[in-house]
Amino acid sequence: MSNVFMGMPTLPVFGMGNLHIEEPFPAAAHRELGNTQMRANLRHATHTIRDKRLKVVAELPDWEELRDAGSATKNHVMANLPALLEEFEKNFTARGGTIHWARDAHEANKIVADLIREQGTTEVVKVKSMATQEIGLNEYLEERGISAFETDLAELIVQLGHDKPSHILVPAIHKNRTEVRDIFLKEMPNVDPDLTDEPRKLAMAARAHLRRKFLSAKVAVSGANFALADSGTLAVVESEGNGRMCLTLPETLITVMGIEKLLPGKEDLEVFMQLLPRSSTGERMNPYTSLWTGVTEGDGPQNVHLILLDNGRTAALADKYGRTALNCIRCSACMNVCPVYERTGGHAYGSTYPGPIGAILSPLLTGIKSEENSSLPYASSLCGACYDACPVKINIPEILVHLRGEDVDSKRGAKKLPSQMDLMMKGASWAFSSGKHLALLEKGLPLGKLAAGRDKKIKALPGIAAGWTQSRDMLAPPTQSFRDWWKKDHTPVAPTHKQEN
Amino acid sequence: MKIALFATCIVDAMYPQTARATVKILERLGHEVVFPSGQACCGQMHINSGYMDEALPVVTNHVEAFEAEAYDVAVAPSGSCVASVKHQHPVLAERCGDSALKARAEAVGAKTFELSQLLVDVLGVTDAAEQLGSHFPHKITYHPSCHGMRSLRLGDRQLDLLKSVGGIEVADLPEADQCCGFGGTFSMKNADVSSAMLEDKTNNVKSTGASLCSGGDASCLMHIGGGLSRTKSAATTLHFAEILASTLDEPVSVTGQVFVGKGGK
Repeated sequence: MSNVFMGMPTLPVFGMGNLHIEEPFPAAAHRELGNTQMRANLRHATHTIRDKRLKVVAELPDWEELRDAGSATKNHVMANLPALLEEFEKNFTARGGTIHWARDAHEANKIVADLIREQGTTEVVKVKSMATQEIGLNEYLEERGISAFETDLAELIVQLGHDKPSHILVPAIHKNRTEVRDIFLKEMPNVDPDLTDEPRKLAMAARAHLRRKFLSAKVAVSGANFALADSGTLAVVESEGNGRMCLTLPETLITVMGIEKLLPGKEDLEVFMQLLPRSSTGERMNPYTSLWTGVTEGDGPQNVHLILLDNGRTAALADKYGRTALNCIRCSACMNVCPVYERTGGHAYGSTYPGPIGAILSPLLTGIKSEENSSLPYASSLCGACYDACPVKINIPEILVHLRGEDVDSKRGAKKLPSQMDLMMKGASWAFSSGKHLALLEKGLPLGKLAAGRDKKIKALPGIAAGWTQSRDMLAPPTQSFRDWWKKDHTPVAPTHKQEN
Repeated sequence: MKIALFATCIVDAMYPQTARATVKILERLGHEVVFPSGQACCGQMHINSGYMDEALPVVTNHVEAFEAEAYDVAVAPSGSCVASVKHQHPVLAERCGDSALKARAEAVGAKTFELSQLLVDVLGVTDAAEQLGSHFPHKITYHPSCHGMRSLRLGDRQLDLLKSVGGIEVADLPEADQCCGFGGTFSMKNADVSSAMLEDKTNNVKSTGASLCSGGDASCLMHIGGGLSRTKSAATTLHFAEILASTLDEPVSVTGQVFVGKGGK
């Protein structure tokens, strides 16, 4: 174990890697909104998964209790993380595994690259992993002459297409099958030139391609969905079985996992194995669940490593109002129901983590002061659909609002001139902090008529309000406020329907 | 019962007829309505935009204004403002380290109801035609606003009340539970995404053939109405309180083209 002591009160180390948006969200969203094919693909896919999820969730009479249990377990884990990590380390090591601690993306990448080099190979197979995407492992390895082959079908499509994932569960959600066929024809070695876009044909082509990789790879890299502290066991949940091939065939298995993925023990899996598949793919159970505990002589990988990744998680844990974002089990239910995600797609969020959870997790991991990521908490209308869908009840809208507050506070006094929004909020604070102030302002309501046209509609507003009149009219205000009417003209009407109470 | 009206800033200044309709309904039922004059706004816009320091005096003012008057319950014709009073005020007070204000805000929040909540749960109104004399012979559709639906769990209270109005025809709104894209300053900061959401909402409203889209939040209705107006639709928006307040003797005046409903009752 290196000299990183969890819970040590040092300055937080913020995350790095694929966690940053490259341009402010509104600009990225503007660009993505123009991609009508992507929007159509996404609408179709999210609505399909959404409906499937609702159906299977409704089958469980105790769904709400399961959500409560999942949430409570995760809260318990976060409150006791240092002790659980130590327990896990002890058990994992006792069963022949090796633990490495990585403070950030760079440290984690270096550990993985060194371990691969020790095996004398330049090719590894990978099972889909959010953690390795977060740290940009594939790119890091490529720069050092090591090829990492993604084996998850959707991940493979994205990799062959020189693209980025846009969804945490369905990385190629933005592609339709014709686009997938074109990618295979162009990029997959030894592919049948008569390949059609029939799903089965596409899957068979990928299978033949991957089988060659599985049988020759000496090293595999994986993520983990869960880690059980009381036994030192790791778990991966998947749909295709390609992950299981990675986890069992190669001699060396290197897993990279965020420190928040712990569960106290195997009995906790019962809850999460109900919550996760139903929330993510809308299935009662995922087809493949692999659990492994250290090394078993003569069976499976004989050289087993785990890199425990911080990369901003301790910093997120230190945020009293934001820390429950770490409860996330990466099911993607929030993005499938999000009206913003549905229209902009995952690329607009910049980070490995798109959608509502990304809008809170990315800035929590990188720190809200990270320039462009400060636009992410505003990428929501706060409709609350994500909170309703979250299997572990992360109150995403409340954390979004909290992070907006952190953002505004972090900029206070730092700017030479207040922004239009600052001035508007200051003015409105004065107006809304007293009935007398508001009454005084309302005396100006008749002036609103001047701004309106003959049809009593305002069609262009100045400054930041111009965004409103981009697609909406504003009705001219009335000449008398309610307050004024109440004071001058209100006389109670006689009851027509008397009530007892 | 003595009922304190929280008109909300947007209704007070922009849609006074919605507050007047609320008063009318409650007085018709024989209740005394009071208007705490110190009230201004719930501060939701400030809180949701991250301006917590600026929100604090607004929230403090709301708590003080509603402590100043004696009443049994408070009511507002707006789900999002009630959700703010009930859920956001205590959280903000805690964030600002004012535990006394938090307790006071919780006390005010506990007595505050959204209009349909008050009508159905407290006053036992389930048949608007019968109990309020409501009559509105038009074809409408209904948008359940996000905060009413998700923060307050209003369920079908507003919709059921509307369906019980005399002469009305209520058409189902496709994808009704989808956000209209208003989101306060979201509509300015992320105007493109907001517009895309609004476009789907207004297209769904138009697809029903209804002359009006009703709902329980003036802000969402302003947004949807603004989009309908910009796309030259004949349809417009109207708060459900105004529909409930409409009677045969005193029909609510509806601007724009109105399609006559088939009549539910």
